[in-house]
Amino acid sequence: MDMYAEEIISHYEYPHNKGRMERPSASFHDNNPLCGDDMTIYLKISGQKISEAMFDGSGCAISMASASMLTDEVKGKSLAEVGEMDARSIISMLGIDPGPARLKCATLSLRTLKEALLSYRKMPADGSVREL
Amino acid sequence: MRRIDVGAIREDFPILSTRMNGKPLAYLDNAATSQKPRQVISAISEYYGRYNANIHRGIYKIAEEATEKYIESKSKLARMINAGSSREIIYTRNATESINLVALSWGEANIRRGDHILITEMEHHSNMVPWMVLARRKGAVLDYVRLGKDYNLEMGSLEKELSKNPKIMAFTHASNVLGTVNDARSITTKAHKAGALVLVDGAQSAPHMGVDVRGIGCDLFALSGHKMLGPTGIGALYGKEELLERMEPLLTGGDMIRSVTYESFEWNELPWKFEAGTPNIAGGIALGTAVDYINKVGIGRIRAHEESLTSYAIERMGRIKGVKIFGASDHDANGRAGIVSFAVDGIHPHDVSQIFDGEGIAIRAGHHCAMPLVTQLIKEPALSRMSFYLYNTEEEVDRAVAAIDKVKRTFKL
Ligand SMILES: Cc1ncc(COP(=O)(O)O)c(C=O)c1O
Repeated sequence: MDMYAEEIISHYEYPHNKGRMERPSASFHDNNPLCGDDMTIYLKISGQKISEAMFDGSGCAISMASASMLTDEVKGKSLAEVGEMDARSIISMLGIDPGPARLKCATLSLRTLKEALLSYRKMPADGSVREL
Repeated sequence: MRRIDVGAIREDFPILSTRMNGKPLAYLDNAATSQKPRQVISAISEYYGRYNANIHRGIYKIAEEATEKYIESKSKLARMINAGSSREIIYTRNATESINLVALSWGEANIRRGDHILITEMEHHSNMVPWMVLARRKGAVLDYVRLGKDYNLEMGSLEKELSKNPKIMAFTHASNVLGTVNDARSITTKAHKAGALVLVDGAQSAPHMGVDVRGIGCDLFALSGHKMLGPTGIGALYGKEELLERMEPLLTGGDMIRSVTYESFEWNELPWKFEAGTPNIAGGIALGTAVDYINKVGIGRIRAHEESLTSYAIERMGRIKGVKIFGASDHDANGRAGIVSFAVDGIHPHDVSQIFDGEGIAIRAGHHCAMPLVTQLIKEPALSRMSFYLYNTEEEVDRAVAAIDKVKRTFKL
């Protein structure tokens, strides 16, 4: 039950891809008022692929580490591939089981990223976002 | 005053000898809900196992016994908070429902466009949102008494807001975030002078300190049973009899009427007028048992125990670098309830409580249902909170202090 594995702590202390992106193709801001986590995802998209991903925000170690890893992970992926990602992808990416109470923290980054893609395609939120 | 025998008390709470994540459970989340002694747990199973029957309408032995025990529990609660009689005790589901009952019934009948409603900046959502909704529906104005130093109520702001002659003032007796204990009696006196009706949110006071509603002089007082050793699903609203007589019931139907014809109806007498349908009989009876338990230990001694634990916790935690404690410095006039909210520099409260969890320690992290206070005034996204009750020990505080060390080590601080 070690939620705070070295890798999580290290991504939390030294996050990758953190900061504001200038002129992103898509961005979305979301928060989890229950915990006070706050997240913005920025994407550069070219030819149906994510070429750059960044995040900004504040929150617990799980939500921040997850955003740091996810923005690494999606670079170079096609929009279709990212569309397939779900909570299980996040759990295997983190390498820990956040448990029911923290799952929302872990998936906040993916939820925000999917919202960013939907707004890019000018589509309303769908089930795949809501169930995250 | 003789100290309480915590060892013997702990024996009465089955959950306190269980483990969480392999460690003995240290339950430090009493402001959210308290644990239950076996006497309370047995009272519930005894009702269902031996004399389960609906109250009021049965002319047979077990129905009479259920009715008697349910009514008796109201008398016990009435004595505990020094209400005039059990006619002034309405059972609800919780403090939230008690406050909503007032906002919806009294508020509906008495609040008009442009009227002022007064609360404070330290309220729990339960004593804030019902008034926001009422104000919005009626076009009334909701005012807040501001908080000053140490997040205490600012007396100048109280005077200023009262000069607007609010129709009602609702405030918390003890803050669930800061532990502040407000001087309910003096605030009530001032609010009455300004012509306001007064509701006191006693969710955090009734379980932990002697409450004297007639001494305070408030018109209404709300509490939750589950925070005072009772089961969930039972709470109470105290109201002065003449006020409750004038208030309309919120829900109508069975049990709350004296008579019905095809053409008309007549309300039942107090307190039944406000309890439509079959109530939470087991919960009411068990709340009576919880009151017995508190009386047996002595509320004054419970308060003394919590005060000493709280000072101990504040003093030990206060020495840890990077830990900030919020709320009244503990030695002012009314002291502080057994609540210590804190932040560890650079670490989100969820991570703090997650690591506590791993050590078998239950604390709460979040905005504690006082989001404006935490995020707008204290300006933290969330806070960690320890809160004590009669069964907590200094050893548990020591474990919490050690857990903070572990938090800092985990995050390499
Ligand atoms: C000050 C205060 N008021 C009201 C409530 C609401 O209590 P309940 O959820 O039992 O209705 C709480 C509970 O946390 C509280 O601390």
